[in-house]
Order: sequence, then structure tokens, then C-alpha cells
Amino acid sequence: MRDPTGDAATLWNILTSPTLLTVAAGAAVLGALSGTLGCFAVMRRQSLVGDAVSHAALPGIALVFLLTGTKSSLGLLIGAGIAGWLGMLAVLAITRTTRIPDDTALGVILATFFGLGLMLLTFIQKIPDANQAGLDTYLFGQAATLLREDVMLVSGAACVAFGLLGLFWKELKLVTFDREYARTVGFPVHGLEMLLTVLLVGAIVLGLRTVGVVLMSAMVVAPAAAARQWTNRFSRMVLLAGVFGGLAGTAGAIASSLVRHLPTGPMIVLIATGWAIASLFIGSAHGLAWRWLRMRLLQRKLAEEAVLVNLYELAEAHGDLEHPHGEGAIKALSPPNVSVPKALQVLKKQQLVRESAKGTWALTDKGIAEARNLRSKEGGKA
Amino acid sequence: MTSPQLEIQLIAVLVAVACTLPGVFLVLRRSAMLSDAISHSILLGIVCAYFIVRDLSSPILVGAAAATGVLTVALIQALERTRLVRNDAAIGLVFPALFSMAVILIAQYARTLHLDTDSVLLGELAFAPFNRFEILGRDVGPISAWVMGGILLLNAFLICLFYKELKVATFDPEFAAAQGLAPALIHYTLMTSVSITAVGAFDAVGSVLVVALMIVPPATALLLSRRLPVIIVLAAGLGVAAALLGYWLAHLLDASIAGSMATMCGLFFFAAYLFAPERGLVTQFQRRQQQKIEFALRMLAIHLAQHENLPEAATENRAEHLCEHIRWDKKFAQRVVRQAIQAGYVTEHNSRLILTDEGRKLAELAVAELM
Repeated sequence: MRDPTGDAATLWNILTSPTLLTVAAGAAVLGALSGTLGCFAVMRRQSLVGDAVSHAALPGIALVFLLTGTKSSLGLLIGAGIAGWLGMLAVLAITRTTRIPDDTALGVILATFFGLGLMLLTFIQKIPDANQAGLDTYLFGQAATLLREDVMLVSGAACVAFGLLGLFWKELKLVTFDREYARTVGFPVHGLEMLLTVLLVGAIVLGLRTVGVVLMSAMVVAPAAAARQWTNRFSRMVLLAGVFGGLAGTAGAIASSLVRHLPTGPMIVLIATGWAIASLFIGSAHGLAWRWLRMRLLQRKLAEEAVLVNLYELAEAHGDLEHPHGEGAIKALSPPNVSVPKALQVLKKQQLVRESAKGTWALTDKGIAEARNLRSKEGGKA
Repeated sequence: MTSPQLEIQLIAVLVAVACTLPGVFLVLRRSAMLSDAISHSILLGIVCAYFIVRDLSSPILVGAAAATGVLTVALIQALERTRLVRNDAAIGLVFPALFSMAVILIAQYARTLHLDTDSVLLGELAFAPFNRFEILGRDVGPISAWVMGGILLLNAFLICLFYKELKVATFDPEFAAAQGLAPALIHYTLMTSVSITAVGAFDAVGSVLVVALMIVPPATALLLSRRLPVIIVLAAGLGVAAALLGYWLAHLLDASIAGSMATMCGLFFFAAYLFAPERGLVTQFQRRQQQKIEFALRMLAIHLAQHENLPEAATENRAEHLCEHIRWDKKFAQRVVRQAIQAGYVTEHNSRLILTDEGRKLAELAVAELM
């Protein structure tokens, strides 16, 4: 027999272990940061920028390592940031000065920068005494190796980023939604866009440590896409995306510490994407489920009204408005997708029709009034 | 050159051409990033099929992977059709999720398997010649070469067969639909071709290089030409050149072949970006300079013709005076005068500028054009 209290105690020990707390905190801050900034990218139709920037960062990491031999995370971060930023600038330059479509520009930069980085890294590995600059970590992330200092660094960066967002909130929002207007009003559009770019590149480069290069784009897109389904206000969307990103980070970190060999980065991404898909269905602002439900209710209501009016018109032909008719006659008049018996039951509950004999139905006084009312509405429309 | 070296280059060239063929249409149809999505998510198909057949070399894996590629495109389209997320966001949601599932499945159930995710992403072309293809006990070359050759033929065949349809559906989808060409069918045929190519290629060169070869040479060709047949041939040629030069660059640096090939693709793109005959940055700059000088020559000719044979000609028609009258800076004025003398529009006597007959004609022409 296993001791359940013992199991609970182990679980508690795992959950409160300093390593897990550090990792979870780091993943939460990074998730919140990329989720928040992702909103701007998604609304500006730049969802795939995360993918391009994270790939473009590789040559920066390789060059910093090659030139200085440092493996300190700050040095590599700066290299990655500069390379990612240059990649972004290159994408902008290509889309502005050529007729190459923007997604192709992203792909060109993503693939060539990454290829260059790969070439440099493999070159470095073959230099004697050089230990690998952690290509694996970069590709897939290694949240488990996050240290206290890393978390401090990330939190500091996040504070700066959130501060800047708050400070320039109005301006950044305007640039995101109506760039031309912002320009005419005299805002420094280029400067503001540069600020957004720098912040996004920073968030992506920091996030590489936790989820890795392939999955970084999901951390930018998923929380924002999820948040979009719950609100139509941008300020709420940004807040929600931050919360969703943070929760996905924490949940992914905890899940991967509970199950052996469960990689943290992919787990975080699956949780974030799963929530985004769920939000598409149940999100309060646009959810598909609500849309479907509304459609169904409307359809049913229309069917009931059609049945009521049909019954009225049949009775009218007989010169007696309370003349009963069989279900078959009503069915023959109704469109094929309408379930007549169900509609009749609902109408009966509303006391608009009564069942005079088995299978034959007649209007009540209330039903006659309602049918007249509906007919006059229809006539009014026509 | 040793025989493995030759074989590696052969495979590289085959991969390059096979990738650029569907790549041209991806780029023109503004769905370049679908190649990125497909080349990553096919990993899930490979992993799932492996769990069923338990054999890494089974052809079922290839089929499953290609099917996953098409499924990825279908999922992206389904998401887009809800109109709750845009196309780019849909891509950004779908492929990381599928890739995550694959990575988790490998980490959980297949750690002993030789399917490490690094090699999937990065590939190692250098090992490709080790897997031999034998017919009746005779060695007929590396498997990769045969596979990629087959895929290349398939792509070429598809493009030849559906050339007209592809062209119309790419440049005018509404017209294609009106003609009853079923753009959706063409789209999915193309996506199937991209998926099969990605599956075949990523074993050899890794998924990131698949993206490089599919997008970068066609994009480069797009900078160089506006005609579809030219673009297709140019893209294939650039792919081949990048493959060969990339191989030797890797040989020289002792670095990753895939990385070097992608780097060469990037270099070609950059060169075309700067020096493309019509739209290159440097070319455009030179053309603007040229136009500026030509305009200045006309100005000079008109100016000289205006004051010719008049008393003030002695002062007006001097090189130094141009600076005051037409407001050119000194250096530019000297340059224009030098060009004018070289072109035979003007002669200089005692620092006085005198129009030649040619110059007078130019002035008349310029004035007539202005009027």
C-alpha cells in the first residue's frame, strides 16, 4: 500500500523546491513579457516576426562567442539582441525597397541568418579547446537551467519594458492601429515603431533560454491570439495576454518538473496554444461556440415563428382562425430543415397553440394575436 | 575530388533544384512561410508513423510526414477561416504546437531512438553518402540521391503538367476560379509537393535549410526578372550555384554544409538586392546620378544658348559663373562642364564656354521638350 500522505508530501516538496520556484518564476515573467509585446506584433500583422528574430539571433550568439570567448549569458544575450535587431531591420529594408512580399522577406532573413549562425557555430566547434556555445540550449531552450541571477535579469528587463509600455501607451496604441493618423498628428512614428521593435526583440532573445528558437513564435502569438477572443479593448487584451503568457509559463514549468523527461519549452507552448484554441471556441468576445449557439437559437426561433404563421394562414383559408390542422399539412408548408413537432411543442408551452386531437393543432387566441403581429412585421419589412 | 565528395555535391544540387521549383510558386503566392511551417511539423508525422511501424527507414514514414505537411496547411486554413485570427498568426500558432508534440513524444517514448531533434533541424549532408541503395546486391549510389532525384522529377513533372493552371491561379485566383480551375485543388497539389520535398530534403539537409532553398533563390530570381519562366530557371540555377559553392565553403571552413549553403543563398540574395540590373539599390543610385548629370547637361546647354552672341556672354558663359546663376556648387559645376566637353557639347576658350553645333542641337531639343 502506498501512503497517500507521503505522496502528497513529496509533491509538496517538489512544488516548493527552490529550483522549481526559480524556473517557474522565470518562465512566468518571460511568458508575461512575450505575451504582452506579442499583442502589438499580432495586431500589426507581424506574428511571424518572432520566428524570424529568434532564428536571426544565432549568428550574434556565435560571433560574440567567437570574438570574446565568453559564455556569460549577458554577453551572448547582447549579441543575440543585436543580430535579431539587424535581422528585423533587414526585413523592413527588403519590404520597403523591393517588391518582394513581406512573408518572403521574413523567410529570407530567417533562413540565411540561421544558416550563417549554424556555419559559424560548427566552425567554432572545430577550433581546438572551444567548448560549444550551447547550440542545444538555444535550439530547444533549457528552462531547467535558469538561475536566480537569470530570473533577476529577466525581471529587471520586464520591469523596464512594462514601464516603457505604460509611459508611451497612448502613442504605441495609435501607431499600432492607425499609423497614418499618428503620422499626421505629428507623433514620431519611426521612433515609436523602433521602440516596439527593440522591446519585442529583447523579449524574444530573453525567451530563447526557456523555449528555444523554434517555439518562440508561439510565445509571441498564442497568448495574444487567446486574449483577443476575450475582449475588444486593446488595453484589456494586453493585460490578458500577459496573464495568459505568465500562467502558461508557470504551468509548463510545473508540469515538466512533475513528469520525467517532459521538456519544458514544448510543454509551455502546448499549454499556451491549447488555451488559444480553447479561447477561439469559448472566448466571451468572439467565441465560435457562442456564435454557433446564437445561430441555433435564432434558427429555432425563426422555425417556430414560421410554423405559427403557417398555421394561421391555413386556418384563414378555412374561414375559421381556430380551425385545427394535422402536422402533415403544416410540415408540407414549412421548409425541410424545420422540425415541426419540436416547434409545436415549444409553441404549446408558450400557450400559442393547443392540441385539439392527437396530431392536430389549432391556434389559441394568444396565438392568433401573435401570428397577426408577426405577419404585420413581415408586411412592414416588405 | 573523392567519390563521396562528388556524391554529396550531387545530392546537394538535387535538393536545391527540387526545393526551388515549388518554392518559386510559394513566394509568388505569398505563402513563403508555409514552407517553414511544413518543414517543422512533418516531424510529428515521422514520429507518429514510427510508433506504428517501428522502423525508421520505412517508406510509410515519408507518406505520413507528407500527410502531416498537408494537414498543417489545412489546419492553418481552418483557423484562418474562423476569421478570429489572421493568416500569419494562424501559421505562428499551428506549427510550433505540432512541433512541440513531436518533441514531447520523442522525449517521452523514443529517447533511445536515433531521431534526435538536432539532426532533424540542422541535417548533416556529410553523412548522406553512407546510406547506400542496392539493386540485386549492386551498389548504385546513395539512397538520398535517388530519393531526391525522384522528388525533383516529380516536381518538374507537376509544374510542366499544371504550368498554365499554376500561373493563372497564382497571379489571378479569381479568374482561375471563374474558369473552373479549382484554385483550392491547385493549392493543395502545390502543398503536397512542398511537403514531399521537405520530407525528402530534411533528412539530408535539415528543415531550416529546406526553408532557405525554397525561399531564398526564388526571391533572388524575383529581384532579377519579371518573367515566370526566367524566374524558375534562374532560381534553379542559383540553387545549384549556392549548393556547390556552399559545399566548398563548408569544406574550406570545416563547417556545416547546410549552414554554408544557406549562407551562400543569402549572399546571392544580398548581391541581387544591391546590383540587380533594374531594381538593385546600387543600380538605382547610379541611374539617379546619371539622370542628374544628363539633366544638368541640358541646363548648361540651354543657359549657354540663351546668352550666346550677346554682350553679357563674356561674363555669363564662364564656368565660375554657373555657380551663381544656376546655383550649382563648385564641384558639381566642374563635373558637369567636364562631362559636357567630353560629350562634345561645349568647348572652352580662355575659360569661356562656347557651344558646339551638337550643344546647340541639345539646347534646342531640350527647350522644345520643355515647351
